[in-house]
Amino acid sequence: MVLRNAVLFLLLCAVLPVQAALEIEITGAGEHQIPITIVPFAGEEGLTQKISEVIGNDLKRSGMFRIVEPAGKSPHELRDVNYADWADVDGLTIGSAQKLPDGSVEVKFRLLDTHKQSVLLAYNVPSKSERAIAHRIADMIYEKFTGDAGVFSTRIAYINRHNKIYNLMVADSDGYGEQPILTLKESIISPAWSPDGSHLAYVTFEQGRAVTYVQSLVTRQRFALAAFQGSNSAPAWAPDGKQLAIVLTRDGTSSIYLVRPDGTGLRRITYSDAIDTEPHFSPDGRFLLFASDRGGSVQIYRMPVDGGYAERMTFEGNNNFSPRYSPDGNSFVFMHSTGGQFYIATQDFLTKQIQVLTDVGWEKKPSFAPNGKIVLFATESLGRGILATVSSDGRVKQKMTPQQGDIREPMWGPFLK
Amino acid sequence: MKKLSMSVLLISLLAACASDKPAEVVSAPAAPAEAPAVTPVAEAPKEVAPVSTDALDDANSILAKRSAFFDFDKSVIKSADKPMVQAHAQYLGGHADRKVVVEGNCDERGSSEYNLALGNRRATAVKKMLVVSGAKAGQISTVSFGEEKPRETGHNEAAWSQNRRADIAYK
Repeated sequence: MVLRNAVLFLLLCAVLPVQAALEIEITGAGEHQIPITIVPFAGEEGLTQKISEVIGNDLKRSGMFRIVEPAGKSPHELRDVNYADWADVDGLTIGSAQKLPDGSVEVKFRLLDTHKQSVLLAYNVPSKSERAIAHRIADMIYEKFTGDAGVFSTRIAYINRHNKIYNLMVADSDGYGEQPILTLKESIISPAWSPDGSHLAYVTFEQGRAVTYVQSLVTRQRFALAAFQGSNSAPAWAPDGKQLAIVLTRDGTSSIYLVRPDGTGLRRITYSDAIDTEPHFSPDGRFLLFASDRGGSVQIYRMPVDGGYAERMTFEGNNNFSPRYSPDGNSFVFMHSTGGQFYIATQDFLTKQIQVLTDVGWEKKPSFAPNGKIVLFATESLGRGILATVSSDGRVKQKMTPQQGDIREPMWGPFLK
Repeated sequence: MKKLSMSVLLISLLAACASDKPAEVVSAPAAPAEAPAVTPVAEAPKEVAPVSTDALDDANSILAKRSAFFDFDKSVIKSADKPMVQAHAQYLGGHADRKVVVEGNCDERGSSEYNLALGNRRATAVKKMLVVSGAKAGQISTVSFGEEKPRETGHNEAAWSQNRRADIAYK
């Protein structure tokens, strides 16, 4: 009886497609959507993932492409393509996938410009993971047509809370491949990716107060980076990976300190007697943005990394929290509170103009995708904590709902190196 | 003022001690035995002498209240909560062996990190008032839970007002 059930269970696992931990729903569209067709790849029916489907879903999710069905035509090689058949799309992707004896998959694909009738991209790529190779191809197509780097191969971190258990999770940016990195009965907040994506810093309450840890995503080993008296929180990595900024209350109020990734070399850099928190390094590593109520309300300030004069950056709304630089350093995203509601907004450093990207009023913890084109944040839907994204122009929106529990404290990871 | 209430406290405790023994030996209910032992003084805070010798265990004592509540984004102790904080300060002053942890909490609005900082500020404000009112700094530690341990989970002011709170927890 037990054996039969076990066999049945294994069969079910083989038959069911891989489930995403997060269900994704898109609304809105880019200003101009590029029509493209992705012909199902020869040989992909034999794989656990249909490569052409993963590519199509990635490009559709970006809001920048309109996926047009191939309507019965199925070329797999360049010589099978009749360009006249594809006049209503700008791009055509064809290819084949073959499982190799060692279990890896070799994928050949071509991206064609249907109007110029030329080959834009041609690759033969071996890979251990079918989803990973599909994401890489989607990245290449996205960059070819938009000029921006794709983020389909990147990952996100977030905390799931379900039945009083907290899990720090890492997942692909499309919600698949969710892995628990840490499981606790106490809260986990503020995940921060190291610049090369190999480590996560985060804060837990397992020691009865806020303590900051650093954990390797490769070895899964972790250590307490900062466990001083009081709260130790808000870790942020310098872009060169050689130090972190953290917030400690060991000297009374919440102040910002710098520390080396091994926990040594602690030095204090803010002395305001007010709350100074949520530091974030500029891409060139020279400045920090942070939130402070030194002026009465909570506002965002910018200061040289070694300390010194802090220039106030935000002047609109009631309070402004959670600043993060854009990857190109020209703007920052933040949580903008006005009229008792919380929105995600960006502000340009040069023009000082702010653009409010969300409209419900319960949006928190924004972070940019590493191409600067999408913002990930936490919000609620039907009383549950979910994640969402909005494109940097505000047009394309995505909701990411967990299978179970509430999710919060998201953080978009860096490009894979 | 402080000296007077201290004496009242001591007298109540002594009175309680005097009447305690007969109440414990017999199976007579504690409540009626309690009443004659009390000599309440009009101007003192409501400290009814408890059955046990420890004023902390008296459910009717001001010391039974352990939470101070705060306005949105504020860490100022409200006048309604001051007598309670002062009573705990006096208790701690009279019991040098007792220690407390003051736990600061926030409602869910704002960022989790700012709320961690604000919870710390609320706990520190209560600690300061405790020390000023008779406790020793070494008896009081503080911790902030920010918005991570809410007492109420609604998304409305009724829930939020319950969560903007500092709790005095005796160790």
